[in-house]
Amino acid sequence: MTMHEMSLCEGILGVLEQQAGAQNFRRVKTVFLEIGSLSGVEVDAMRFSFEVVMRGTLADQARLEISHIPGSAWCLGCGHQVEVLQLYDECPLCGSFQLQVEDGQQMRIKELEVE
Amino acid sequence: MCTVCGCASGETRIEGEDHQHPNEHEHGHHHHDHEHDHHDHCHHDHDHHHDYGLGPAHAHTPGLSQARMVQIEQDILGKNNEYAATNRRFFNEKAILALNLVSSPGSGKTTLLTQTIERLKDQMPITVIEGDQQTSHDAERIRATGVKALQINTGKGCHLDAHMVGHALKSLEPEIGSVLFIENVGNLVCPAAFDLGEAHKVAILSVTEGEDKPLKYPDMFHAADLMILNKTDLLPHLDFDVQRCIDFARRVNPGIKVVQLSAKTGEGMADWLNWINATRQLALIGQTQATA
Repeated sequence: MTMHEMSLCEGILGVLEQQAGAQNFRRVKTVFLEIGSLSGVEVDAMRFSFEVVMRGTLADQARLEISHIPGSAWCLGCGHQVEVLQLYDECPLCGSFQLQVEDGQQMRIKELEVE
Repeated sequence: MCTVCGCASGETRIEGEDHQHPNEHEHGHHHHDHEHDHHDHCHHDHDHHHDYGLGPAHAHTPGLSQARMVQIEQDILGKNNEYAATNRRFFNEKAILALNLVSSPGSGKTTLLTQTIERLKDQMPITVIEGDQQTSHDAERIRATGVKALQINTGKGCHLDAHMVGHALKSLEPEIGSVLFIENVGNLVCPAAFDLGEAHKVAILSVTEGEDKPLKYPDMFHAADLMILNKTDLLPHLDFDVQRCIDFARRVNPGIKVVQLSAKTGEGMADWLNWINATRQLALIGQTQATA
């Protein structure tokens, strides 16, 4: 188990509690996340931590839906935009490591199903 | 946009919030596997994601009329980032150079820090925030050099967050034009994601560790602006390939600067002190009251 995903889930819970007041809901049934594949988030650990952290809260037994965003980078070597799986990937087109990561590092709460 | 899975027309706006580059849509959200993940939500009883205007709960949970969708669009670390922005504003107003020192446990951060302070303390005001899960040993070591230091014990937490640092700033009251070293909890994973409001993350790697650490913990070396290779006095006894390590770090972060030093013998310390001086000059720009 990693504590990293645990503290991310505590961050999510904080947002849920704050939104419950602002948007007038009492229970969260589903949480929709957008997780970039370069964000360093381990999805299995996230699911485990989510269940533990949400226990006894307004999101007890809530479902977790995760959309994966692929990593994309701009290659300074060949000028193309390419997909990368890791921060240390080489450009699949020209082999350069001069990649400027542009997408895939996000971890966002997209929306909630609430009642 | 689709209230179920946030796809289609939502792309441009969402991507635009996070990023400024124009070409991104081509690589955008159509790669998501949400169409698989969310099957049980979409039901596909409509032309998938194009009937946006039917109200928030249109596709879900028949029979549970009070259920509804709430758009959030918030970064999971949004709260931390707000505190970090407050800290950053504070540093800017006071022309303070804040450096976030990150590493594995045992890389020699605290020794590097005490040696650095001994060399700089007569030239500039210095304060230190020490992060550890337990004990105040490190803050005591720092205070022995004569500078102000505050220990934060994170307990079970594996990193400092911006809120803790904000509180520490209140009691530490770092001076205008000073350098603030934040020694993060020894951990190459979590501190990468938590912005503290610092000007730079500095990753410290000792040559007694694996030379492939930049690849094993790419997030940290991607987030850092400077990598310090510490304990170089031990290199003759080790198989550590310095050039290979630097190559790995540059793979993850083409712009990263590298300083090789030994905090113990002092070899290479001048480079590190030069880097601090140079970045501090940047922090001081525009500050008329700063005690440069």
